[in-house]
Amino acid sequence: MLIPKGRGALSDTVFELMRTDASSFAPALRTLADHDEDLHITLWALYELHYRGFEDVSDDLEWHPELMDLRRSLENTFEQTLRDRCDESAPEGDFAEAMFAAVADHDGPSLAAFIHREATAEQALELLRMRSIYHLKESDPTTWVIPRLPNTTKAALMELQFDEYGCGDPNRLHAGLFARGMNRSGLRSEYGAYIDDVPLEVLEQNNAMSLFGLHRRLRGAALGHLAAFEITSSIPSRKMAQGLSRLGLPAEMIGYYDEHVEADAVHEQLAVRTICGSLVEEEPGLRDDIFFGVFSCLDLEDRFANRLLAEWAA
Amino acid sequence: MIDGDAAPQQPDIILCPGGPMLLRGDHVVQSPDGTSARTTRPVSAVCRCGKSASQPWCDGTHKVIPRKDLP
Repeated sequence: MLIPKGRGALSDTVFELMRTDASSFAPALRTLADHDEDLHITLWALYELHYRGFEDVSDDLEWHPELMDLRRSLENTFEQTLRDRCDESAPEGDFAEAMFAAVADHDGPSLAAFIHREATAEQALELLRMRSIYHLKESDPTTWVIPRLPNTTKAALMELQFDEYGCGDPNRLHAGLFARGMNRSGLRSEYGAYIDDVPLEVLEQNNAMSLFGLHRRLRGAALGHLAAFEITSSIPSRKMAQGLSRLGLPAEMIGYYDEHVEADAVHEQLAVRTICGSLVEEEPGLRDDIFFGVFSCLDLEDRFANRLLAEWAA
Repeated sequence: MIDGDAAPQQPDIILCPGGPMLLRGDHVVQSPDGTSARTTRPVSAVCRCGKSASQPWCDGTHKVIPRKDLP
């Protein structure tokens, strides 16, 4: 993947310095983001240095101190925004019940329901392109969390991640299933292929997962986000599969969603009960952050769904 | 639990209140209609509400059926 296109003064400056292997990023540290999209494409690219990197950027930049400074400052802004948006306090009572209820009581717009009944093939393909930014590295942000956990939670999370990564079979790796579906649907399946096309809301969704995953301090939020993601996957995946089938998309793409109907019916139970459940038992102080992660996951998806549904309705 | 202590024995089966039965390991599960399916994951979720469209596996349908009908 090549470094994305800049979307404002900050990203233009940073990406140009990254491409030219500049010795100093001082000009970038003096530049303010023009708007949220400028901030988030910059942050996304800085995170990407820790995943697969860019063909036109030196691998040495991953831990460049000035880029770390810049990343920290963008992350502080973003984390504060996420915390400001989260106006709900963690619910009381039995943890698993409270978590399932918090998600069930959340009333947000559903892209899956729209794909199920109303979307055109073109709209479905547009959604797949947007989702590809995450699905082509599915589960990777959560993997950062593993070494930061107590043993019980670590073992529980590995049980889920092993399934996400295909149980040792690369052909069953979820990101690989999505890539094959993309290929067969006539879409580009290379990692990050559509990054220049995705709106702010998709960048925010992806950056939130990296933010939570890369900071040990935010391990509660990372696993709360995981749980909310899994809880909201099984039934919507069925709707996606039926919608894509209605639109005549290839079996491989439908199969990706079929797999998630069953896989995530397991994963939601594991995420809530054995993963977050053991974490909150061992580190009760993380309960609020777990629910912060739950809320952020639901809220970021609402923002994305609202944006896309509004565009499609226009 | 402190990391140095032994964890309680890992259950092979977890009954989720109002939800599926989690089943660890490799098993063949027979559906109500008599057909059998082999597990394919480290942990599988077996339907207990009877309403899943993916029998014998859970598909999350228990979340949308009335509370009184839940296992």
